[in-house]
Amino acid sequence: MANNEVKNAVGRMVPTQINGQEAIPFKGLNKHRPTGRKFGPHIPTTIDYPTDGNKVIHSLKEALQKAGLRDGMTISTHHHLRNGDLVANEIFRIAHDMGIKDLVWFPSASFPCHEPVIEYLKDGTIHHIEGSMNGPLGRFTTRGGMKGVGILRSHGGRVQAVQDGEVKIDIAVLAAPAADKFGNATGQRGPSACGVLGYAKPDYLYAENVIVVTDHLVDFPCFPMEIEGNYVDSVALIDKIGIPEKIISGTTRITKSPDRLLIADLTARFVEATGMLRDGCYMQSGAGGTSLAIGYFTHQILKKKGWKSRLGFGGSTQYMVNMLEDGTMEHILDAQAFDLEAVRSISENRNHHQYPVFNAYNFHSKGNLTSMMDIMILGATEVDVNFNGNVVTHSDGYMLHGIGGWQNCLHARNVILPVPLFRDRIPVIRDEVTTIVGPGELIDVIVTERGIAINPLRQDLLDAAKGSGLPIKTIEELKAEADRICGKVSKPKIGDKVVGAIKWVDGTVIDVVRNIEA
Amino acid sequence: MATIATAGNKGKSVRSDCFVSLELTTKGSIEIDLTSKVKNLFGDAITATCHEVLHFYGIEHAIVTIEDSGALDYVLAARLEYAIKQLTGTGKEFLPRMLPQNTYATARDRYRRSRLYLPGNTPKLAINAGLHHPDGLILDLEDSVAPAKKDEARILVRNTLLACDFYGTERMVRINQMPLGLDDLEMMIPHNVNLVLLPKCESADEIKALETKIEGVKTKHNCNNPVWIMPIIESALGVMKAYEIATASEHVVALAIGLEDYTADLGTQRTREGTESFFARCMLVNAARAAGIQAIDSVFSDVSNMEALRQNVLTSKSLGFDGMGCIHPRQIPIIHDAFAPNDKEIDKAQKIVNAFYKAEEQGLGVVSLGSKMIDPPVVKRAQRTIHMAIEAKKISADWRESYGK
Repeated sequence: MANNEVKNAVGRMVPTQINGQEAIPFKGLNKHRPTGRKFGPHIPTTIDYPTDGNKVIHSLKEALQKAGLRDGMTISTHHHLRNGDLVANEIFRIAHDMGIKDLVWFPSASFPCHEPVIEYLKDGTIHHIEGSMNGPLGRFTTRGGMKGVGILRSHGGRVQAVQDGEVKIDIAVLAAPAADKFGNATGQRGPSACGVLGYAKPDYLYAENVIVVTDHLVDFPCFPMEIEGNYVDSVALIDKIGIPEKIISGTTRITKSPDRLLIADLTARFVEATGMLRDGCYMQSGAGGTSLAIGYFTHQILKKKGWKSRLGFGGSTQYMVNMLEDGTMEHILDAQAFDLEAVRSISENRNHHQYPVFNAYNFHSKGNLTSMMDIMILGATEVDVNFNGNVVTHSDGYMLHGIGGWQNCLHARNVILPVPLFRDRIPVIRDEVTTIVGPGELIDVIVTERGIAINPLRQDLLDAAKGSGLPIKTIEELKAEADRICGKVSKPKIGDKVVGAIKWVDGTVIDVVRNIEA
Repeated sequence: MATIATAGNKGKSVRSDCFVSLELTTKGSIEIDLTSKVKNLFGDAITATCHEVLHFYGIEHAIVTIEDSGALDYVLAARLEYAIKQLTGTGKEFLPRMLPQNTYATARDRYRRSRLYLPGNTPKLAINAGLHHPDGLILDLEDSVAPAKKDEARILVRNTLLACDFYGTERMVRINQMPLGLDDLEMMIPHNVNLVLLPKCESADEIKALETKIEGVKTKHNCNNPVWIMPIIESALGVMKAYEIATASEHVVALAIGLEDYTADLGTQRTREGTESFFARCMLVNAARAAGIQAIDSVFSDVSNMEALRQNVLTSKSLGFDGMGCIHPRQIPIIHDAFAPNDKEIDKAQKIVNAFYKAEEQGLGVVSLGSKMIDPPVVKRAQRTIHMAIEAKKISADWRESYGK
């Protein structure tokens, strides 16, 4: 273990220097309060931009050169093109060809399609990633392949880091399904339509240089202006920015697994029995099969009772759109659209609104949407007996998922994690999670197929669930049950070298990921 | 004699199972080559179980290759036992510990609305099956197990009976057809099987032979819990003999019908309307009622069509059936709901049961409703209806407190 490590407020050893920058150990919930002024990019003037508004450049390479691409710069991208993104790999291919070194990639999320980036990490084009390291990238990082230390942030944490200057974006390269010559851009139209572009908001507001990349140039003005041309340096027109069928899942589907349906049914009954589900409630659930099933079941309960949800916060899907269209939900606030029905709805329905995570999740905001949400359904790879949660690593120590909005959503009034008690023999409830991504104080309920555990901090929920007929157990009872079925878990062999740092929403380091020998 | 044997399953869709290859050698120690997704969490546990089983059989020199897909201990032990059995012919059984919660007995007339079939040699489906609360769980040794896999499946089913929690559902095993089925019993009966399903039953003699065998194994192993019998009628001859079969033993608690084989025997096709099996179904219900036991309908095989299932159950119920088989957990709530009494039935039952309690409270020996006298079996049936209604959450358990107010 390196010498400059200290124990943080959740008892994890974390370094005080990461990638040559000072790192603040997690101090506990609501203890860190940065002061001073927000970061701002340099002052531009209109003198330097064409008076006819035409910023189009017919090559991404030229746009990058014009932006002054050089060694050590931080390049940001958004992930609205999901697993169909062609732009990020192209940036680093160009940088590699130009012989550029030690870049920092700052994506809002990475996907399996970004596996080619591994080559550029190996050859030093990229020094490290600050964002998420999923699948193959996560495995590569865990095995110590990255030159620097990977930094993982929540979607909200990404905004925080940009606003307080922890991360200074040199060039934002923002894929846009449709854009005009001036740089106004939208995600609603074009061959690579993805719905919304909310994740790009901190990038275009705070980057020193902003490149909009499109394959679908429309006449000025492009509406709605999800990216505003006034912030854009150049518009790179290329052949293809994405692979449509990999951007949007044509349809998202409720799980067919009987075990997951059972968990979903228990969750829906729990939110009904405890009164969280009520007329006018605010709710959010994801696009995973179990989440969708919970959404569907709660929809049926609302209909039966004649109740309406005032708003749903998306990741929107056809199931949420169904609620909007049959009047069970009054508004959808949307950070990203997951399927074609959601994309259709957002361009047709005036009660389906864009709502970037910039506004929903940001720590340096004057209040946040998430803390107002009544029902928050989230996942986890592991939870421990102190209700701490992990979404980044698996129990074998490998980093395989990003944080997404998970940490930010933990601030909701009622946080519920519906998870199976074990997956392929691996218990989900542990004595200690492999990596603490969220502190137990914020996680209220664990719903498994074998029972529901309520955080003892939530006496109100324990009381509300009494007499409900639901299988309420302690988390220790659930853990004992999993251990009885699965057997004794050995400690995996994990090294000392820090390969990844997990930032809490306030920018402090809540835990680290250490290397595993291949 | 062969020195290498294999057991178990591997492949992309395989979960909670493992594939074991065992080679007995004459010298050297025990070498274990393990590949597993859970190796760095359960590698030690897997190796320990492996040594324990080999030691139990006195094997000191061997090369064991395990391709694991998250098998639980009792599954791994079953696979190893079968590999060893093939090479040494041993009759010794390596028994996992019986879970204390698996030792219950079941009542002759308990609900048997739904019974979920689980293929005997597919461990992943059994682990959570009880959580879906069917009335019964069937570990199947017959049609879902290929002839070459019968021995292997027996060992796994036995271990499942011991080590897998059934969560209070009736513990059922479908044995093979007679006479092969008799061999299945030796390994199953000692481990608290509540009910044996006998497929393709055509005579009372089969039931008698089955009963004798079961009682023999029970005595040998000192088992006290009753083992009920549910014959499955699947042929024209079986239908004609239904009453004889139903009354062949006091352990027969239900008659089930299997329509796939029955329609094949008739030389016709199974249709959604079920006209071709109308006679057989009526015969079966009639025979069961005459014998005072339950009548159980065939499975509905379209697992994606819940509305058609519901209609099917309602038809079953109207013919007089008490339950039916299912092949997917999603079918269970639909079956329970559709077999539950409807409002009219509940209303009538409440009147009768209320009259019964009133008569009791007033010390009257005779129950009457209006000018009609109510016979005890009618009261009993009404009580059953009420119980089912409470169970299906259609009325509350203390319904009488507010009844008539």
